[in-house]
Amino acid sequence: MTEKYTMPDSRGHFGPYGGVFVAETLIPPIQELTAAYQKYLNDPDFIAELDNDLAHYVGRPSPLYYAERWTRELGGAQIYLKREDLNHTGSHKINNTVGQALLAKRMGKTRIIAETGAGQHGVATATVAARLGLECVVYMGAVDVARQSLNVYRMKLLGATVVAVESGSKTLKDALNEALRDWVTNVDNTFYIIGTVAGPHPYPAMVRDFQAILGREAKQQCLEQAGRMPNALVACVGGGSNAMGLFYPFIDDPAVKLIGVEAAGDGVATGRHSAPLCAGRPGVLHGNRTYLMADDDGEIIETHSISAGLDYPGVGPEHAWLKDSGRAQYVNITDTEALEGFYALTRMEGIIPALESSHAMAYTMKLAPTMNKDEIIIVNLSGRGDKDMQTMAKREGIEL
Amino acid sequence: MSRLAVKFEDLAKAGRKALVAYITAGDPNPEFTVPLMHAMVEAGVDVIELGVPFSDPMADGPVIQRACERALLHKMSLRRTLAMAIEFRKIDQNTPLVIMGYLNPIEAMGYEEFANAAQRAEVDGVLTVDLPPEEAEASTELLKARGIDPIFLLAPNSTPERVRLMTAIGSGYLYYVSLKGVTGAGHLNTVDVSNKVAEIKANSNLPIAVGFGVKDAITAKTVADIADGVVVGSALISKIETNQDDLVRARSQIVELLSAMRQAMDN
Repeated sequence: MTEKYTMPDSRGHFGPYGGVFVAETLIPPIQELTAAYQKYLNDPDFIAELDNDLAHYVGRPSPLYYAERWTRELGGAQIYLKREDLNHTGSHKINNTVGQALLAKRMGKTRIIAETGAGQHGVATATVAARLGLECVVYMGAVDVARQSLNVYRMKLLGATVVAVESGSKTLKDALNEALRDWVTNVDNTFYIIGTVAGPHPYPAMVRDFQAILGREAKQQCLEQAGRMPNALVACVGGGSNAMGLFYPFIDDPAVKLIGVEAAGDGVATGRHSAPLCAGRPGVLHGNRTYLMADDDGEIIETHSISAGLDYPGVGPEHAWLKDSGRAQYVNITDTEALEGFYALTRMEGIIPALESSHAMAYTMKLAPTMNKDEIIIVNLSGRGDKDMQTMAKREGIEL
Repeated sequence: MSRLAVKFEDLAKAGRKALVAYITAGDPNPEFTVPLMHAMVEAGVDVIELGVPFSDPMADGPVIQRACERALLHKMSLRRTLAMAIEFRKIDQNTPLVIMGYLNPIEAMGYEEFANAAQRAEVDGVLTVDLPPEEAEASTELLKARGIDPIFLLAPNSTPERVRLMTAIGSGYLYYVSLKGVTGAGHLNTVDVSNKVAEIKANSNLPIAVGFGVKDAITAKTVADIADGVVVGSALISKIETNQDDLVRARSQIVELLSAMRQAMDN
């Protein structure tokens, strides 16, 4: 790759993917958001305020931790964990919500809405809304409300209204539908903080840019600590924001392999999974063209994953482009394998990962032994597992 | 000249306004739809918008979302919706028919195959809710080449530049969404709608149909005094929803509502 990577184009296209596919009422607020984002992206005051918040509120930079014991156990490449689990609120999601909330404040919006799957983005949004004194409404599928009740309580504590969405499959995609409906109804005073690198332009690029801090840090930390560049990056992909944040600063380093890990649920062959890049087809949903889980008639198929945060039928359009262009590769990990990753990191390194991140851990367990001992893998530990304690205890037959 | 253009011209000559009725194809079952379409025409409907059920109707309210869910239980699809159009045309050669829905079913079928199938079904217009003009170039050309009108939405916050853009690439009519929100929501603000329609008219020579918030004869009459067409959808589907145990009653209530609207609009 000799030419510098410049995606997306001015209209938000990553090759055939991305774009702006929304009803007309949303075009003016999207144009307003695009203008504000482009203005503040290069505004020294805005960047200074963002950097200050990331340092003192979020707790950045997050460590790049050499998992020495796990590396020895697996007997291959050296494994470094990007510790996004140590951020305020427990995941990478806060990097983006801090950024978008500052944008909302500068745009004079008084009301924040968000969708959430596992609740990590909802918590990160409720957190910044509380700090800025903004009204906050979070849409969450009723199924997810039930399986992530701890995060629902956190959001309520923070002053947010949590709306349990009862339509469709009652998971993340339906929460997104409902948030879009709210936005269309309240466009004048409302800022929609999308939590992943999907949705209409400028969201995929904007969320990526806010998340890219973690990739820039990882690159610098790896050079400082290991004295060289990594050979591979591994991150889980639902919508794909933690993966995009890690991958983006490395796209122009062709020697670095980019590996996204989708949720295979019961296994891709069973049809009960959330792996559109591995087993889906291009289509249009939620404002962008990307790979989707849809049937031959274009109806969206219900997805399945043990992790609520990966339980989504689409994926960020930039991942679709990175897949087609061959720059990144996408693999998948079943629920059962993800649990192995969860237990391995917990027992081997004393770090309890989120079930989402556990997919990346599980793939690392397959990948590391196939690589040489002088090679380096950076795995994004995108969130901590506290929110999953109930799910895990229940699986083990323990009542908390 | 398309059926839509002819219809709006004839109505204008007669000093009447178009009654445009939306229903979701296959709600509550596929057998109900085509006979209902004929009954609606008899009740005075000028244009039918036949909705393609979609699993994720983001711009619609709960009434139409539930209609989509009922239809999808019967495995309704874009192809089966077009089959209903063919069925309808066997008896009715005159009433303009617009296919309305979301983009993904069309993406799955392929733009060209869809345009060909719509032409074969003698569809007159296509309105794709989540396809703004910026992304619509390819599909618009395919439709226009087959004599099918691409119809675009306008919203209260659409600028005059966008009205001109829609007028340049759209045809048939412009569908003005009278309030910020989803289908089936809210109340009409007559003054706001009147002002906005005047602004649109200053920037467009296409007929303007107004929807969202039309639920009875009074609101239909109010909108007819302002615009070229009145769109009613959720109010009709509510009749289906509340009479699922007696679909004959559902149909007669729909016919009753449409007749009352027609009468109010013509007086």
